Amino acid sequence: MTIEVKDLKYIYSPDMPGETTALDGVSFDVTEPSIIGIIGHTGSGKSTLLQHLNGLIKPTSGEIYIDGECITDEKKNLTDVRRKIGLVFQYPEHQLFEETVAKDVAFGPKNLGLEEEDIDRRVRRALYMVGLDYDEVADVSSFELSGGMKRRAAIAGVIAMEPAILMLDEPMAGLDPQAHRDMLALIKKVQRDMKLIILIVSHNMADVAELSDRVLVMSKGRIIMDDGPHEIFKRYDELSAMGLSVPPAAEIAQKISKKVKGFESNPLSIRELADDIEEFRRTKR
Amino acid sequence: MIRDITLGQYYPGGSAVHRLDARTKIIATLVYIAALFVVNNFWGFLIAAASLFTVIAISRVPLKFIFRGLTAVFLIIAFTFIINLFMVDGRVLWEWKFLSITYEGLQRACFMAVRLVLLIIGSSMMTLTTKPIELTDGLEKLLNPLSKIGVPSHEIALMMTIALRFIPTLMEETDKIIKAQQARGADFESGNLLSRAKALIPILIPLFISSFRIAQDLALAMEARCYHGGEGRTRMNQIRFHRGDAAAAVLLIAFLGVIIASRWI
Ligand SMILES: Nc1ncnc2c1ncn2[C@@H]1O[C@H](COP(=O)(O)OP(=O)(O)OP(=O)(O)O)[C@@H](O)[C@H]1O
Ligand SMILES: [Mg+2]
Repeated sequence: MTIEVKDLKYIYSPDMPGETTALDGVSFDVTEPSIIGIIGHTGSGKSTLLQHLNGLIKPTSGEIYIDGECITDEKKNLTDVRRKIGLVFQYPEHQLFEETVAKDVAFGPKNLGLEEEDIDRRVRRALYMVGLDYDEVADVSSFELSGGMKRRAAIAGVIAMEPAILMLDEPMAGLDPQAHRDMLALIKKVQRDMKLIILIVSHNMADVAELSDRVLVMSKGRIIMDDGPHEIFKRYDELSAMGLSVPPAAEIAQKISKKVKGFESNPLSIRELADDIEEFRRTKR
Repeated sequence: MIRDITLGQYYPGGSAVHRLDARTKIIATLVYIAALFVVNNFWGFLIAAASLFTVIAISRVPLKFIFRGLTAVFLIIAFTFIINLFMVDGRVLWEWKFLSITYEGLQRACFMAVRLVLLIIGSSMMTLTTKPIELTDGLEKLLNPLSKIGVPSHEIALMMTIALRFIPTLMEETDKIIKAQQARGADFESGNLLSRAKALIPILIPLFISSFRIAQDLALAMEARCYHGGEGRTRMNQIRFHRGDAAAAVLLIAFLGVIIASRWI
């Protein structure tokens, strides 16, 4: 499964008072299953980009190829595209509507026109993937679940379509600390078990640092950095000039290295920072 | 896209029309609509249309923007036209089985369609050139004398403010829900009428729930800021009539006179 985005441009409400250039020449490739974090200031075009990738928005210009197939083509059958590419919107629990969780998760597979048995198998698997117990939640109304469980049920609804590419728009927003940790673990597990390409948009740098194999930084509708998380979060000054932060561990390391001569660390997590400090003390002595 | 509906939208600007008091514009719009129903011949419509387009030119709202709003109600106009076309007796122009078009029918249909188009453009000119807040403030002021006989003018104005304020929010919400369900393979465009109606369920239920959530949040926010109804409430921006409003009033009376006179041309 590969993604190829070529010089994507998109303008909202052209020729109207609210005209906005949301994407201004975005290009990037993804060639192997991995987690790709997308960060950027609010309004930088992240959500717009995700919506292009599964054909919800047609670009003003530019092309997108999924597995070498152009999905921005006029005649392209979008149901095929959406079967391969799942998109989980921000606050996906707001889109739940069926009487029971199982029915809601089955909505996607049903739209794909699958057999009853196949649908049932997918619903079970999807609920299992997101860490919900089928017997416990299947016949419960989704409105009775807790916030974190609702979110997971909604994500299961997309996973049940068994996409090869999964895109998540701020999946951690508004979750309590426990649900937050669960969500991180869930995303890692889904990626590992299903061998997906996962694109994840987040404002939480610690999450992006922990999850991503690669990070795209967007600003004003362009991708201005595209690199591994260590390399990206090293560029502390550039990021903060854009109003973005770095993971807390990287920030602390930055502050220590200003005070302590010879100390150098480029950590993504507190754990890595602790190791580097330990290492530094040992060599000093 | 759903956001392209311009009906009821505000087009920012600083033209003479924009600067008029909201009350002037509300009254002028009502007078204009009434005038459209006074008109009964070609010349009257010509005058009404010319006046409207003069106002549009002064307001500097692009024509393209105004006509885009019209496309949303095109069906209604077409329907009215066809109904009138076939339903009026008179001198027959064209006949086929039970259908016939008469000279009078054609005239009536054209008049009706022109009247509707002018009516819609005329009233959208009011909303295009007036901020929703000013509009409802103006309405409240206009209705104020009626509060003596028990008309809840403040509440009516507040309801309108809220409704206007939340049109874009709900449209955005609808847009998001439609996209989210499409992303799960929902199909709203094919199938027969019944299956299309059924396809709306995944949109309508979340939309309902969202509206309640939004309403609840708003109520809470208003209470937290000690909202207690219209009694003794002052406002930040006092609205006042200016010289432009007087000029507009004179022009409006002249317009009304000409329109009434046009009936006897
Ligand atoms: N439906 C829309 N109509 C008009 N303009 C829009 C629409 N959606 C987004 N925009 C504009 O396009 C630009 C990019 O928006 P987008 O939602 O892609 O940003 P984002 O990076 O996802 O921001 P956030 O971090 O706040 O979610 C913004 O300037 C926004 O105002
Ligand atoms: Mg966004």
